[in-house]
This record gives sequence, C-alpha cells and structure tokens, in this order.
Amino acid sequence: MKILVCISHVPDTTSKINFTDGDAKFDTNGVQFVINPNDEFGLTRAMWFKEKQGASVDVVNVGGAETEPTLRKALAIGADSAIRVNTEAKDGFQVAKELAKVVKDGGYDLVIAGRESIDYNGGMVPGMLSELIGANFVSNCISLEIEGTNATASREIDGGKETVATSLPLVIAGQKGLVEESDLRIPNMRGIMMARKKPLNVVEAANAETETSSIKFEKPEPKGVVTLVDAGNLDELVNLLHNEAKVI
Amino acid sequence: MSVLVYTESENGKFKKTALEVASYAKAVANQLGTTVTAVTVNAADTSELANYGVDKVLNVSNSALDAFNAKSYASVIKQAAEKEDAKVVIVSQSADSKYLAPILAVGLNAGYASNVMEAPSSTSPFTVKRTAFTNKAFNITTINTDVKVVGVSNNSFGLVENSASASSEDFAPTLPESGVTVQSVDKATDKVTIADAEIVVSAGRGMKGPENWGMIEELAEVLGAATACSKPVSDLGWRPHSEHVGQTGKPVASNLYIAIGISGAIQHLAGINASKVKVVINTDPEAPFFKAADYGVVGDAFEVVPALIEKLKAFKAANA
Repeated sequence: MKILVCISHVPDTTSKINFTDGDAKFDTNGVQFVINPNDEFGLTRAMWFKEKQGASVDVVNVGGAETEPTLRKALAIGADSAIRVNTEAKDGFQVAKELAKVVKDGGYDLVIAGRESIDYNGGMVPGMLSELIGANFVSNCISLEIEGTNATASREIDGGKETVATSLPLVIAGQKGLVEESDLRIPNMRGIMMARKKPLNVVEAANAETETSSIKFEKPEPKGVVTLVDAGNLDELVNLLHNEAKVI
Repeated sequence: MSVLVYTESENGKFKKTALEVASYAKAVANQLGTTVTAVTVNAADTSELANYGVDKVLNVSNSALDAFNAKSYASVIKQAAEKEDAKVVIVSQSADSKYLAPILAVGLNAGYASNVMEAPSSTSPFTVKRTAFTNKAFNITTINTDVKVVGVSNNSFGLVENSASASSEDFAPTLPESGVTVQSVDKATDKVTIADAEIVVSAGRGMKGPENWGMIEELAEVLGAATACSKPVSDLGWRPHSEHVGQTGKPVASNLYIAIGISGAIQHLAGINASKVKVVINTDPEAPFFKAADYGVVGDAFEVVPALIEKLKAFKAANA
C-alpha cells in the first residue's frame, strides 16, 4: 500500500497572530512553524500502517522552500520520502489540483490529509482532491482500518460518530481520534540524522489556477473588560445574563 | 438565476442551521435582485422554510438518501443548482454540509468559501468575510468563479424572518455510484449537540475528576445546554473526545458559553471565540479566561455551580 500524507506548514498553536503588508499577509516574524496538528495525527496513523502492514509513506507539501524544515520533521518521524510542490499555496482549489497531480504521478492508494489547517481553516482540500482524482472520501475521520483494498472508517458527526465501509483508492480528512495525542511521536536523534539523508524531491508546480483570492485580514475587536460578579450574589449573574446579555 | 440553498433536515425536521442558511440566502438574493430556491432531502414538511424567505422548494424524496452520503448529496445539490441556473449556492457548516461542500464545489467548477460570517460586502466582486486562524482573525476573500459556493458558519448570521409564499415541487435527480456505505451510526438522540446548542456548559481540570461532572450535566440540563470540556480533560480520558472544544477540537459558536474550572489556554480561547457571550467561573482571578470573558465569577466551582443551578431553577420557575 502506497500512502501519501499531506502536510501543511502552519504557525504553532500558541502563536500571536499579526499581519503585514497592509494586513494582506500573515506576519511570520518570530513565529514557529509546525506540522499542522490534524495532519500529525494522520502521519502517526500512517506510521502504524508502515510498521504493521508494510505500507510505504511519503509526505507532500505545496509551498516554498521555507516549508522544508516541516517536511524534514515528518521524515524524522518516519516518512520514507518527501515531495515539495514548488509554488505558493494560494487557495484550497489550487492546492487540491497540485496534489491531484502528485497522487496520479505517484500511484498512491491512500491519501491522508488533515480535516483542516489551523491557519486558513478552509477544510476543503481533501474533499476537492478526492473528487479530482475519483477516489472515495471520508471526512472528519477518527478511525481507519484497511485490509487489502477494503477500508472501515469512522467519522465524527454532530453529536456522535458514524462508521462506514469503503475501499481504496481513498482520501481521508483526519483529526484527533485517528490516533491519540499520547501516540504522537517526537523525532529522536536517530530519526533526525536519518531524515537528512532521505529524499526530499522538489517538483515543479502544474500552475493550477485559483478560484478565490485572499484580499486582507482583520483582527477581532478588542474585548471589553470582564464584569465580575460576587460568588455570593449569583442572582446578579442570572439577572445580567437575562436582562443585559439576553442569552437566557 | 435564483440563489440555491441546501436546507439540511434530520429525521424529516429542519435543523436550526437550515433556517439560518435560508435567512442568509434571502439576504444574498436581495442583493442580487433574485429569488431563493431551497433543496431538501427527505424533509417531511417544508412549509417552515417560507418564513425565512424561501420562494421555491425542490423536494427530493428517496429512500436511497436516508443515510447521509456526501457524494450523493453533493450530486443532488449540483443537479438542483444546474436546474435553477443558480450562481450562488449556500450551505451550512454542519459536519455533513462541510463534508459535501468541497465535492459540490468541484462538481460545479465553483469557488468555495467556508466559515463565512456575514452577508457579502459586495456581490461584484463577490466578497465575503470568513474566520481564519481558528477565530483569531478574519479573512476577506473574493470568490472569482461564475458559480460560487458559500459555507455559512453556524450561529453567525442568525435567523431572519421573511415571510414568503413558497411554491413546492418534487425533484428526482439521478444518484451517482457511491463507494462509501454507512454501517452504523452512534448518536445520543436525547442530548443537545455542541454544533446545534445555543448554550454550552464546559468544564476543565478544575473539576478535579470525572466523578464530579454530575453538577456540570445538571447545569447543562437546567439551561438546555450541551456539555463540553477542555483539551486536558479529554486527553486524561475524563470526558469523550467529542466534547473537546478548542483549536484541535470542536469550534463553539453558541450564544452563551460557560467555562468552569478552565484556565483559558490560547488554543481553547481560539476555539470558543465565536461564541457571543462568555462566562467564566474559576478560583484563580489571574486565569487568562477572565481577559476573554464577558462575565466572571471568582470562586470555587464546587460551591458556585450548585448555587447557580438553584438560582437558575428559581429563574426558570418564575419565567415559565
């Protein structure tokens, strides 16, 4: 089984979010970049397929050279090789089209992506990719087992979960649950040394077109000061929620 | 040329988000000077849609669609959009609609904007405001294609009543082969879900252990609220993952979010930021959550929560 894990290069979850160029671009100054958390759950699941079922695992990112340390980290965690599609990621459709070419060229059976990146939160690349390559698709995937070409997957639905039967070729949009937080792997020194020697192939972009344009960013209005209510005067809290906030 | 909206139902009844996206579709239709067509799948009674500005309903009724299937549902909506020559297609951001929207967008060669918060600020170019960086920022985006798909964030636009007289017709699209078959659904039917809840009661490590969640559930019950929890609580296995809200968990966009014994890590605050009113109950007055909250109580949850339950019961009784 050939597995491709899509890796987004995103700001660490604790990052302060600021913008530059007249609020048109994310300010990367002082920001630490990591593997998108939703992708990291998928990468770890892929490692299990490699170790228990002999799968091969490649990772891919669509982006500039600045994303390579993130791909190297995925190699250090255990992926066999990495692919970087050399173009700026501009919108979900463009990224999905670039990935579709990588999947077709590489003949992958299973593509594991994250349910969304934690920066743009588009949540659209895996679904679009599945449709572009004619593969089955499971969104918000919280468990996945594969035997031969048959797959059983669970997805989170509003208020519960659903279990489905499907088959390869398959795209999943993964999240926590696919593996647990405690299953995530921190690269060790041996992994980091090995990652340096593993192939990281830079491929030229298919120059897929975009369908949307990011014009600018805005930050939420600063929050007003909290109204403190004395713990011995909860009638006041009920009164405020009813008459002022009008939420009960 | 009408605006098409997919109004999601469950067991034949419309979800609140369906009425919200219908309201949104009406606002877009007004901007474009056109009408609203809703497409429904196995909905029992569609008359409610007319209260939210829907002019025409396409009723799809097919037992093959009893179980949700993203590819089939996307195909149904695509065929409805083509029939109506719709240039704008509106969906909610429920788990199912988020699942089908990217497939639909590819099928229609449409640009798709997800997590949209407001009616378009312009329809030419078609410009929307969406959340990004998990609610830490907004992104102003244009959709540049002829056909556009808009995913409206839950509880962002709200319900807007617009009485119309809706015509209704049966619609029988062809269904594609689908390679995904539902085997089982595991869902508590008697509980409010975080996605649909107007009020969410959430608790953290300050509760000291899973055995103390009875009061959290009772508070939620009094308020008709969903229960949620912080990431450490779900990682410790005190509560199921499905209750974890925050950056890597579920987003919350409720009217009222009550955080009990949650300090307010940046990732947690990002996930709940779209909620309109936030209340924090915490023993530590320095907890970061107090900077993000509208109302705060400095106190021990084990005293404050039971007292609050009594006050709310009295309030409910007086206002029943």
